Amino acid sequence: MSTASTGAARESVTRVRVALPAHLRDLAGVGGEVQVEVEGEPTVTRVLDALEADHPPLRGTIRSHESGARRPFMRYFACGEDVSHEPPDQPLPEAVRSGAEVFRVLGAIAGG
Amino acid sequence: MKGSPADPERLWAAQWTDWHGQVVQRSDDGGRTWTTVGNEFSYEGEPGTHQWYDGTPHPWEFKRVWHLEPSHDDRDTVFAGVEDAALFRSTDGGDTWSEMDGLRTHTTGQAWQPGAGGLCLHTILIDPSRAERMYVAVSAAGAFRTDDGGETWKPINRGLHSEFLPDPEAEVGHCVHRIAHHPSRPDTLFMQKHWDVCRSDDAGEQWTEVSGNLPSDFGFPIVVHAHQPETIYVVPILSDGEHYPPEGKLRVYRSRTGGNEWEALTEGLPQEHFRQNILRDAMSVDTLDPCGIYFGTTGGAVYASADGGDTWTAIAEHLPRVMSVEAQTLP
Repeated sequence: MSTASTGAARESVTRVRVALPAHLRDLAGVGGEVQVEVEGEPTVTRVLDALEADHPPLRGTIRSHESGARRPFMRYFACGEDVSHEPPDQPLPEAVRSGAEVFRVLGAIAGG
Repeated sequence: MKGSPADPERLWAAQWTDWHGQVVQRSDDGGRTWTTVGNEFSYEGEPGTHQWYDGTPHPWEFKRVWHLEPSHDDRDTVFAGVEDAALFRSTDGGDTWSEMDGLRTHTTGQAWQPGAGGLCLHTILIDPSRAERMYVAVSAAGAFRTDDGGETWKPINRGLHSEFLPDPEAEVGHCVHRIAHHPSRPDTLFMQKHWDVCRSDDAGEQWTEVSGNLPSDFGFPIVVHAHQPETIYVVPILSDGEHYPPEGKLRVYRSRTGGNEWEALTEGLPQEHFRQNILRDAMSVDTLDPCGIYFGTTGGAVYASADGGDTWTAIAEHLPRVMSVEAQTLP
């Protein structure tokens, strides 16, 4: 299923599964994986835009308010691959778009 | 963390980690529940540069909030002191923040250098009788005052002496650790500096050292008794390199004469092998009578005195490093 079943008007909307590190789940007030609806082809930028729109407390915690730059201790993974250093407007893999795979935001192992 | 003087149920907290950066939260029910508020702190205009540790220009970049200071009379107005040193204000309960850039763009701003903890604005005092007069302190630039609600600022560091500066009496560059005043005498300021405890009786125009008989005049917090404007408290530690009290004895020092003459307060405090620090925001007083004094340690203890410092009790232990202690007196 690559598109939401909400009719023709929203045929370009894709549901993407997102996994967050524990401290961001706490901040967002969510228990586990979340799903976001992404308009257009899913990219890191669009997934994070949708995530922040659904969960405003996450704004500024994953990437800079001003530049959109990823915070240094955050990493993005798709299908087991580190996509942190890929262009954020590059399409995410089909398995993430189809919902088979989760888009993961990870915090660096900086807690000791 | 700070409580609003205008609304005892309203509390503010700033949290920061390398993971998620800056988060600001507000409680409207005395801390039972918290709501995330705005965390976007954008400098006005092109921020330019300040000096780095080695004297080279370094771009001004927001890193984190060091201190939140709520307005005395408006529950929705709160000020934030941040690193790299700048002052922000929110008038909508923390949802949005605007820089009061008259401070950072002061003509001396390009010469400000960070202290060991960064170039941080860590202290904000609002004159309770004249809200357009405020004081801030920046490590390591010094103390500044505005008399026009933050439009313009003046360095107020005359009389301070800092050996680490090429000119020990320079206009800016002093590592002020904390300033405090009593609401009934807002022009009398007390300062704990990197070294030296000082006071000013003219709103910072001139400072005088009042370290007197302290065993060390290095330290971080300084607070004023709620009902005795000449009674002040500090917690001396050995030095910039040794952040623990002399002789391993945790001693709060009280002066009832506004400085110079100090007495050690030890009853109920550990008097051997104490190797912890007390951070600048980790000491607070309540407004009860007799006045309660509270402080926390980097080893995770919180001590309280219900009798103005004569005797102390550990009211919490085994916490993480205590960054901030705030006493909010409920009606």
